[in-house]
Amino acid sequence: MPTSAAPAPDPALKAKLIGALSAFLPASALLHEREDVQPYECDALSAYRQLPMAVALPATEAEVQRILTTCDALRVPVVARGAGTGLSGGALPHYNGLVLSLARLTRILDIDPAARSARLQTGVRNQAISDAAAPFGLYYAPDPSSQIACSIGGNVAENAGGMHCLKYGLTVHNILKLRAYTIEGELLEIGGDGLDAAGYDLLALLTGSEGLLAVITEVTVRLLPRPTRAQCILAAFNDVVAAGAAVANIISAGIIPAALEMMDRMTTRAVEPFVKAGYPLDAAAILLCEADGNDAEIVEQIELMKRVIECSGATEVRVSASEAERLRFWAGRKAAFPAAGRISPDYYCMDGTIPKKALPEVLNAIAQLSEKYGLACMNVFHAGDGNLHPLILYDANRPGELAKTEQFGAEILRLSIAVGGTITGEHGVGVEKLDGMCMQFGPLELQTFLAIKAAFDEHALLNPGKAVPTLHRCAELGGMHVHGGAEKFPGLARF
Amino acid sequence: MQRAQPLSEIVDQLVQRISAAAAQGTPLCIRGGGSKGFYGEQPRGAVLATGAYRGIIDYAPSELVVTARAGTPLAELEAVLANEGQMLAFEPPHFGPATLGGCVAAGLSGPRRANAGAVRDFVLGVRLLDGMGNDLSFGGQVMKNVAGFDVSRLMAGALGTLGVLLEVSLKVLPLPKAQATLRFELSAADAIESMNRWAGAAHPISATRWNDGELLARLSGAGAAVEAAARALGGERVDEQHAAASWLAVREHSEPYFETQFPLWRLSVKSTSAMPDVPGAQLIEWGGALRWLATDADTHRVRAIASTCGGHATLFRASDKAAGVFAPLSPALMAIHRKLKRSLDPKGILNPGRMYPDL
Ligand SMILES: Cc1cc2nc3c(=O)[nH]c(=O)nc-3n(C[C@H](O)[C@H](O)[C@H](O)COP(=O)(O)OP(=O)(O)OC[C@H]3O[C@@H](n4cnc5c(N)ncnc54)[C@H](O)[C@@H]3O)c2cc1C
Repeated sequence: MPTSAAPAPDPALKAKLIGALSAFLPASALLHEREDVQPYECDALSAYRQLPMAVALPATEAEVQRILTTCDALRVPVVARGAGTGLSGGALPHYNGLVLSLARLTRILDIDPAARSARLQTGVRNQAISDAAAPFGLYYAPDPSSQIACSIGGNVAENAGGMHCLKYGLTVHNILKLRAYTIEGELLEIGGDGLDAAGYDLLALLTGSEGLLAVITEVTVRLLPRPTRAQCILAAFNDVVAAGAAVANIISAGIIPAALEMMDRMTTRAVEPFVKAGYPLDAAAILLCEADGNDAEIVEQIELMKRVIECSGATEVRVSASEAERLRFWAGRKAAFPAAGRISPDYYCMDGTIPKKALPEVLNAIAQLSEKYGLACMNVFHAGDGNLHPLILYDANRPGELAKTEQFGAEILRLSIAVGGTITGEHGVGVEKLDGMCMQFGPLELQTFLAIKAAFDEHALLNPGKAVPTLHRCAELGGMHVHGGAEKFPGLARF
Repeated sequence: MQRAQPLSEIVDQLVQRISAAAAQGTPLCIRGGGSKGFYGEQPRGAVLATGAYRGIIDYAPSELVVTARAGTPLAELEAVLANEGQMLAFEPPHFGPATLGGCVAAGLSGPRRANAGAVRDFVLGVRLLDGMGNDLSFGGQVMKNVAGFDVSRLMAGALGTLGVLLEVSLKVLPLPKAQATLRFELSAADAIESMNRWAGAAHPISATRWNDGELLARLSGAGAAVEAAARALGGERVDEQHAAASWLAVREHSEPYFETQFPLWRLSVKSTSAMPDVPGAQLIEWGGALRWLATDADTHRVRAIASTCGGHATLFRASDKAAGVFAPLSPALMAIHRKLKRSLDPKGILNPGRMYPDL
């Protein structure tokens, strides 16, 4: 929950920092007036806001390195920031710290069509990679819905997923190499142009590390050949249990769809007026199930998927007959967030992942919570991998409603853990889910995370106060840990 | 028959052994099936056997996730998956009576790696004992999970130096519906060019291997896709039984190429790299990204070639490993490695020296 007013920055420290940084940064790359730093006060989770002491906008890797050594020497906290589309407050500034914006490092350094890889500066937008690779028939597979805006460095820092990660994997599965700097300004070259590297798998460790371990300046990604085409099935169900069963049946039939998404009735009704996708509005839930590849493959897969879906009790099954129709099927799914924003003054997006078998149970529980709190909730989710995005609709201007919303959210997270899932599938912990971390992990695991943090950043200057809660915070919350709790949930596996 | 020991007792004993070793500062050599004793630097310390902690804990095929104890024989796990039409997509080599724990710790992936991903790509969660005997769980049983640092994937390939794996959750995939293997006669350079070209054209290639003028390419996927690709690629069709045996021999290093008296190097490089110019026979896998090299060439030379090709070289099998098995790391990376080791194994008792002398 957003906390009360943060302490004021230290003016003497600020003067020293500005002095040291302006020695090598042009004035246009160093912001410290209130109105100049204001745009950086939050990321896409705008319920949390904090003005930074200053913002630096380096244009070169060498500048990044000098900024880091400067901040290290002055013991100034550094919050790396990509495009600021994060949904968990990961790029929220520190009151006494520097925001290190990587938005000017936007060069595509190299595309190697034969080896199918691209070397990018960290600020390159996700969509820009695929655009640049398109002339070679290649693309970058991970496709977060924010892909026109979010940066590749931010994707690595959050291990971003997308609609197609069931088949093509998350960010961690699609990168080869990183250049990153520690707070001490040491260059870490991680991974390689081959498929593995010597030593510990730091590529995996840095992926999803939310800017706590090192600042990424360069990313080499794998590119894939663009599938010849795609085709999509839209299926309607009378109840969410049947829709959930259909998802399990598709996977059990040995099919990995290119995408497998679900929307509940609340969502289809919210988006239909805007996108006119022709969704069956009486259906309790609809599934979008896509196949991609070459023609022969698609025909075979669509046939099989259609049969499985029909046998799973779908009330209506449509197969896209053209690319235009396929895009229409998807239009509503893609518009779910904006639609939530139009029908409600505010919405709060959750991100738990659960085992698919728990889908009916969790959806029913969310419906009950929605009634209990008197707050509507739209359910859209990556059904194929169990990643839920309940959107709780609220009005921040109504006293107490934000607090209620956050309680509702916390209950969903607790539920996700209780059924054997996790508090965050792709949006990260940031500042938002620190309490959830106390629920999901015990003190020993948290201590290990803190030790790993210290292995990279002894003085905890990189993005302090994010991603890993202090043991003190968890102790104050008291007895929230629901994970590994064999006694509390005897039916559940240990992790 | 011997009565099986209760599982909790096995864990308690492992914890006691680790605690005692930590207190005394004596090294432990973690051993699953003992199949990968040849890999890495010389194992040393008192054997800590994990084989008794075995069995599948949870497996629901429609979740695409299996959770099993580290001592579970890899063959047993694969058989259970195959029964449900699923597989470990990274096609791990066994090299003997392998266990799941050893498979993850060694981090070795087989022929399907270039297309399906590596061991670490499929690791979703682990339960482990750290170097103080603490019982820790990371990750989970779901496919998307970004809560906390990814300690689970860090365990893949760490050679047991960061923890004793107790349980592992892995993502699994359906077995391909159809398969075909094609054979071509090509020079190394043409093979490298072809493999990269095919990979860029969305053919459902699941494995490639070149040696001595012969390239094998395996196609896996939907029946129609495999047939279409087989027509497009040409070559000569290898009959299924023969093909299966060939791929097994590649995976297990039982094909004649690997019977060499020279040190065997594993070079992980950019897939388009030209054939390294060194004496000794070469075998190519992973669409060009993996090069086996049997040579008595100088260590520095082999390592220099690998780094020129954007990768690294591992002395995979050799009687004399004095020159070091794994490629040396930069001082900055080595410093991080040391601190990571200390954070999970402060007394330095878990497989010390198995990866680098000071880890
Ligand atoms: C409408 C909308 C839809 C979204 N859809 C998806 C989705 O489908 N899937 C998904 O996974 N996410 C989604 N997101 C979330 C968000 O876009 C991703 O988390 C994205 O990866 C963040 O990238 P960014 O460049 O905006 O990073 P920021 O928000 O700027 O930063 C995110 C975190 O990464 C750190 N960071 C950024 N750059 C670096 C760097 N170079 N080095 C070290 N640390 C760094 C920051 O400190 C921060 O902790 C969505 C967001 C929005 C607003």
